[in-house]
Amino acid sequence: MRPLTEDESKAVFTKLANYIGKNIIHLIDRPDERYCFRLHKDRVYYATETSMRLAISVARPSLVSLGTCFGKFTKSGKFKLHIMALDYLAQYAKYKVWIKPNGEMPFLYGNHVLKAHLGRITEDTPEHQGVVIFSMSDVPLGFGVTARSTVDTRKLDPTAIIVFHQADVGEYLRDEETLF
Amino acid sequence: MANMEARSRAMDEKATREAALDEEELKAAELSEDGDLDVDMDENEDGEPFRLPTVDEREQEKANGIPDIHVVQQRMKACVHVLGNFRKRAESGRSRSEYVGQLISDIASYYGYNEFLAEKLFQLFPVPEAIEFFEANEVPRPVTIRTNTLRTRRRDLAQTLINRGVNLEPIGKWTNVGLQVFESSVPIGATPEYLAGHYMLQAASSFLPVIALSPQPNERVLDMASAPGGKTTYMAALMQNTGIVFANDANKARTKSLTANVHRLGCKNVVVCSYDGREFPRVMGGFDRVLLDAPCSGTGVISKDSSVKVNKSDRDFTLLSHLQKQLILCAIDSISPDSKTGGYLVYSTCSVTVDENEAVVDYALRKRRNVKLVETGLSFGREGFAQYRGKTFNPNLRLTRRFYPHVHNMDGFFVAKFKIEKGSKRDSNNKDEGRGVGDEKLEADQKEEEVGFDSDEDRPYIEESKRRRLKAKGLRPPARVNQTKTATIDTKA
Repeated sequence: MRPLTEDESKAVFTKLANYIGKNIIHLIDRPDERYCFRLHKDRVYYATETSMRLAISVARPSLVSLGTCFGKFTKSGKFKLHIMALDYLAQYAKYKVWIKPNGEMPFLYGNHVLKAHLGRITEDTPEHQGVVIFSMSDVPLGFGVTARSTVDTRKLDPTAIIVFHQADVGEYLRDEETLF
Repeated sequence: MANMEARSRAMDEKATREAALDEEELKAAELSEDGDLDVDMDENEDGEPFRLPTVDEREQEKANGIPDIHVVQQRMKACVHVLGNFRKRAESGRSRSEYVGQLISDIASYYGYNEFLAEKLFQLFPVPEAIEFFEANEVPRPVTIRTNTLRTRRRDLAQTLINRGVNLEPIGKWTNVGLQVFESSVPIGATPEYLAGHYMLQAASSFLPVIALSPQPNERVLDMASAPGGKTTYMAALMQNTGIVFANDANKARTKSLTANVHRLGCKNVVVCSYDGREFPRVMGGFDRVLLDAPCSGTGVISKDSSVKVNKSDRDFTLLSHLQKQLILCAIDSISPDSKTGGYLVYSTCSVTVDENEAVVDYALRKRRNVKLVETGLSFGREGFAQYRGKTFNPNLRLTRRFYPHVHNMDGFFVAKFKIEKGSKRDSNNKDEGRGVGDEKLEADQKEEEVGFDSDEDRPYIEESKRRRLKAKGLRPPARVNQTKTATIDTKA
């Protein structure tokens, strides 16, 4: 377990900024407690400073996880955001997409969001913008990247893809083995 | 007047007649009760009264292979009947142990246990209840879920699930987060709510140790054997994501599902690690509360995993209880007795046998004198055994709780709650090895006083330690007197 290097934090923060923009500051400057990012076995964890200090006494091979795992660094050095970060993304998301009940299951099986399943979308969402996907009852289900801007979606036919799938909560079941 | 007299006489007569009738009825009922049963038995045995097979016959039956299931069933019924009132109903010249032996071997063949385990479980209960227990092990327990209070409320969750076509109801008065699922048109472990972490599929019995532990916000809590995380996440929820929960599991493969569950349910105060539980006070100590849901034989969850019926032998039980005894001592040592809010240990197993439960708890009480049993805080459940088959345990063992499938309709379970108090180890070693009943303790104290200290002889040492204490506080101790000086030189040398 160690703090992130300059490059690593840059990679993590640019990825996060894609979803929550300037709200990223709320992750660092919290009113309740001091939080920190830590790297452990290629994975990035976000935890309170107190729990991080206690976790230091756990030996490296035995430590499995602490706080919330945000994602991992691939072998080529890129940062991949995991579904576990959804809690924080949903809390601070700038652009949101709500999908209809009949679109929930297809999305949770790892498919892209189609226009037919689109319930609501934040006004003036640009193209290729990271969005958090909610069910109509405001339960966060995952996140993705918009294929078109809000304005362009109006003209599309119902089978066109609106949001490219990146992660969904179904991965807790599907990818349990590789996620951690 | 005459009229009145006649009337009252008539009433009296009527009353006596009725009383006589009642008596007759009672007698008849008694007779018929006995008679009925006997008739039943006779009918079952094709008109013949029940006769216990002799040793030779039993051996022959074994040699012939699998006996007829109906014969076995009838014989079990008859044995239970006889053992219910042995003196009256037994064949003359046959001993009780013959009947019991026959019954156990029939149970083993009928329900598919090995004889060792059948006997072990049979001995836990009175005869008719034992049969109920074995019957209950054949029936699956109800599916239950636990609301994740970090994400939602029970009422909201129930409403959304009902809208999805799930038929459910609160489990009982004792929990305010549990829901029992009767039937469901959707897979309950793959709904969007499940994936979003609004609930956890969790047996009702595994709520109990956490309720007993009742972790408070801002505490440091350890779960020694935590996978797959039902109890861990419940603890995190009770602590409202404050403080810290250490979730440990020795099996690295199982920590994956543990981590997945912890993240899915949004528990942010959990550190997952993978140690052998026995390493624990060395990794980290000073916990406010520890939950030890020890690895066990699983005799309480036979309905879930029936492989237990045949694959457990005497050796397994010895090994397991040995491991449990090691773990419980490690758990006790990991707890800080100075904890302001806690200092509690909950020991639980999903087993019903005595050597994995009461024996382990008793062992811990004998080994660690600063530990005592306290009320679990669970409103139901049977009391633990304070005596069992000639063994006498600490009388406080009745504060522990046992849960049975046939009584409480949940998995067989055992919960014990300890309070760890201050008290140095040396103190506890000095006291004699008798059980910690008040009188004995007093006696021990008195004995120590009789040995006594020669305070004159010890004065230099006392003075020196006083000086050291003052120095540690940052105060300047008074100048030494000559006499003490020599003594200090001695000690230094």
